[in-house]
Amino acid sequence: MSKLSREDVLKLATLARLELTEAEIVAYIDDLSEILQYVEMLQTVDVTGLKPTNQVTGLVNVTRPDTIADYGYKPVDLYKNVPSMADDHIKVKRMIT
Amino acid sequence: MGTWQPITTIAAAVQAGRVSARSLVEQSLQNIADQPDYNAIIVTLDERARSRADLIDAQVKSGSPAGRLAGVPFIAKDNFLVFGAETTAASNILKGFTAPYQATAIERLENEGAICVAKANLDAFGHGASTENSDFFTTLNAHDKTRVAGGSSGGSATAIALDMAPFALGTDTGGSSRQPASFGGVVGFKPTYGLISRSGVVAMGSSLDTIGTLTTNVEDLRLVVDVMAGHDDRDGTTIERDSAGYTDLTTDVRGKRIGVINEYLAEGVDDSVKTQVLKAVAALKAVGAEIIDVSLPSLPMALAVYYIICPAEVSSNLSRYDGQRYGHSSNDAADLEASYKQSRSQGFGKEAKRRIMIGTHVLSSGYYDAYYKKAQIVRTKLIHEFEAVLENVDFLVGPVAPTTAFKVGQNTHDPMQMYLADILTVAANLVGVPSISIPAGIVDGLPVGLQIMAAQRADRELLAFASAAEELLR
Repeated sequence: MSKLSREDVLKLATLARLELTEAEIVAYIDDLSEILQYVEMLQTVDVTGLKPTNQVTGLVNVTRPDTIADYGYKPVDLYKNVPSMADDHIKVKRMIT
Repeated sequence: MGTWQPITTIAAAVQAGRVSARSLVEQSLQNIADQPDYNAIIVTLDERARSRADLIDAQVKSGSPAGRLAGVPFIAKDNFLVFGAETTAASNILKGFTAPYQATAIERLENEGAICVAKANLDAFGHGASTENSDFFTTLNAHDKTRVAGGSSGGSATAIALDMAPFALGTDTGGSSRQPASFGGVVGFKPTYGLISRSGVVAMGSSLDTIGTLTTNVEDLRLVVDVMAGHDDRDGTTIERDSAGYTDLTTDVRGKRIGVINEYLAEGVDDSVKTQVLKAVAALKAVGAEIIDVSLPSLPMALAVYYIICPAEVSSNLSRYDGQRYGHSSNDAADLEASYKQSRSQGFGKEAKRRIMIGTHVLSSGYYDAYYKKAQIVRTKLIHEFEAVLENVDFLVGPVAPTTAFKVGQNTHDPMQMYLADILTVAANLVGVPSISIPAGIVDGLPVGLQIMAAQRADRELLAFASAAEELLR
């Protein structure tokens, strides 16, 4: 289970929206397999009757009033970081080719 | 060390008009400029810091209170958003990103008069234990330039060890503030999960991420934590602060029950580190602490749990870097899909990609139950073991890292070897308990830290005990 194939690595890259170089593919086959080999030890742990932990301090359903809050920051400060804008819109490459 | 007075003394002098905030900022910037070869700092915020200092000096002149941290310069790890300043998380994908809002931690410090003078280097996005994974450069150890500063908050630790500012902020997801503190001979603290807001801090592993503080002494650290701690509307995971605060409690070591963790003194920990930790334990015993050997049988599983949960959360958090709204964007992509792929592939470094790939794998259909869910269940087991042990002892002690600072380049070829540097620190993040590293002496010219942990929400008691222990080990 823990030894990844070249196809596994390519599939993960696609899922993660990454393009890997040949050198990266070769390196990640070994790196990822070694790490998965290490975490394999968990399979031996007896966890009968235990539930998974998602949140360590026990907070549940934290909500706040549904009101508009002004923190003093402006949309224009956000625009500064946008790679490509058209008027007040974020411009992206064409989606359908 | 020696440039800086205790923080309360500095703030009082500024408030009294004896020392100007401007001169403190200049001192800090000078200390940074004088020590460039350690690569601790990514960018200094000269103009921003100077104008804030002038503002505080004017405030003082007009007779109004300038805050508990009036004029005190500090350095933030470069994954904190400081309004108007570049924030890169030491990654190429965020190079040139200007913070459009500000981290709550920074906001609370500034409201008390503190001044951010610089942003410190880190392993990109916090992924690492040496800062060698910074996309820019490697921070060197303040005690030996051939060795690493630790990580991921290595820039913050080296900056404090070299007196660049009285305090620095780090983050701690699996030991990233405590381990570099240990390597650098300074104090590093990770609070109870949720005690300090992470709003405005670049997310890594959200169920593990905490805000770290680094100083040369526990007293300074307690004041800084006191200013930052407590509920924040902008971070739904925050908890209420202790109503009694974090600065004033004093503790007598006599009669305290100290659990020495068996698993932390087992194989794999250097003898020199063990010896130093046992010396510290003996010092506590000599003044009347009750020393109890304790065992947490699932601890040897903690790193495996961590290296499933952390990359899973990393892969999720880093999916927002798509090259469209901010960050590096590939110019020559033919369509949107290609733009995502190329922007991410060009912008992320080797370790970020590695963690995204692992995380994607352990969350993927068919593997989710065997990896991610199993890790979350073993996490529960670890939590139960900590809870049981902490019913019988007040504090847990052990080493922070299995070694002292290692050589630059020693572990870069082997990611698993690098991950093992976190083996003694990740448990506190998985379990959510507070943990501190305080200096426990020098071995062969390199600092060793003592790790002290307490129960969730016992940050006030832990910090008071750390003050007492620090006095004893000095």
